[in-house]
Amino acid sequence: MDLLLNLMVNGLATGMLIFLLAAGLTLIFGLMDVLNFAHGGLFAWGAYCGVWVYGMTGSFMTAIVGAVLTGVILGYVTERFIIQPVYGNHVQQILITLGLMLVLSEMLKVVFGPNQIVAAPPDYLAGSWQLGDVVIIKYRAFIILVGVIVFALVHYVLKNTKIGLTVRAGVMNKEMVQALGINIKKVFMLVFMIGSAMAALGGVLLAPYSGVIYAEMGMDFAILAFIVVVIGGMGNFVGSLFAAMLIGLSGAFMTYFVPDLSLAVNMLLMAVVLVVRPQGLFGAKG
Amino acid sequence: MTTLLEVNEIQTYIGQYHILQGVSFQVRKGEVTVLLGRNGAGKTTSLRSIMGLNPISDGQITYNGKDISKLATYHIANRGIGFVPEDQGIFGELTVEENMKIAMQKQDEETLARMDKILTLFPDLKTYWKKQGGYLSGGQKQMLSIARAYLNKNELLLIDEPSKGLAPIVVEKVMESIMEMKDETTIVLVEQNFRMALGVGDTYYIIDDGRSVGTGNMKELAENEELKRKYLGIA
Repeated sequence: MDLLLNLMVNGLATGMLIFLLAAGLTLIFGLMDVLNFAHGGLFAWGAYCGVWVYGMTGSFMTAIVGAVLTGVILGYVTERFIIQPVYGNHVQQILITLGLMLVLSEMLKVVFGPNQIVAAPPDYLAGSWQLGDVVIIKYRAFIILVGVIVFALVHYVLKNTKIGLTVRAGVMNKEMVQALGINIKKVFMLVFMIGSAMAALGGVLLAPYSGVIYAEMGMDFAILAFIVVVIGGMGNFVGSLFAAMLIGLSGAFMTYFVPDLSLAVNMLLMAVVLVVRPQGLFGAKG
Repeated sequence: MTTLLEVNEIQTYIGQYHILQGVSFQVRKGEVTVLLGRNGAGKTTSLRSIMGLNPISDGQITYNGKDISKLATYHIANRGIGFVPEDQGIFGELTVEENMKIAMQKQDEETLARMDKILTLFPDLKTYWKKQGGYLSGGQKQMLSIARAYLNKNELLLIDEPSKGLAPIVVEKVMESIMEMKDETTIVLVEQNFRMALGVGDTYYIIDDGRSVGTGNMKELAENEELKRKYLGIA
């Protein structure tokens, strides 16, 4: 039982990190119909900038703010100068964002050096709590808490504000949103920046979790994020949370019980969902 | 009567297809102008071109004396042109309330009064206020689409085939709502249902093969059997 609880906490923490990356991607994918393979690059930049700010200031909260700002700025530049010219053309989007992903990775090496960088959580988040026989690592609980707060916040905005309504309506019918007098390009820009900020937040939270960061980490996690988007349903925010948890938990349990299958489990899950429910678990039909 | 909208020799391509090849018409303030023509003649594209959804490649569209030909769709909408598309454009996963909320440009007394009027006109919308748009019947979706366009103080409404696929009793209701709106708003109506067009329309323009080929008073058209047979397929 203790083992199961420990695995569950690990799985939920990993799932939350994937969720932060995938949630932005699903909004960008769902609303803007943009295949952004550079999303992982923003995740990696968030991690590096966050760790750098942490090193400079000694404040982990400042590091989080720094990472989020990095995501916002890079998101703005990417959308304005890279994505805008290729709206509506998937082939060009794939090529240009894959290219951008490589550029972002290589730029990390130029700016921060080619070697891996070690990262540790702040003292107040290091260590663990012992609840009976269950050990809860503080930093993992912190990640879960941040993930829940981000989910609740974005979910509230999507459900209860006009901008949220616009985003949801834009996923369904962009033309009609414009015909109602709303500048969808501004909404696109905002969503892209929020999505990028969430990716960068995921990156900075991952750093102390995994212990090291490296320039190519974005690509590794981006693949997981795309799997989550497919499983959860394109453009579905709640779906991406559910799918990320599924991936996180299945990864944690499979790694322990069936290690040989741990790498294949994500692909297997995606294949099953695509066969049974091609629109994703929470996606709308048609 | 002053001219509110003037469409002058517009040309529109959709992909490689040259859909509009010289459509012209004028809309006078306070009137219902009906665009008539067979399927595929270019009526819907004309409305979409006015809204900037299918941008024109040549010609000019002026609204209130100002050129709106090259404006983005949201700018055109914000100048006071409401649009009820052929497919109704309902956001299926949003509730009726949310569909109305997203359309609301201002939350002033006047808009709220219009909201009350709409809900009196279409009580079904009040009944299904919390229901997702995708689960409404065809008639209710049409009512919601019209209500959304009417909610803001638009000076001009472009309404595309509001009777399409609706039961006769619902068509009557839609007609009644257009008559109500006519008192406050100028309307351009695309309509295949000739009886409805005759019931609400003042002036007609016939579009055929992407060109304007005739215009006049709706009552005159009702008596012109040859024109009706030639361009509208009405015997």
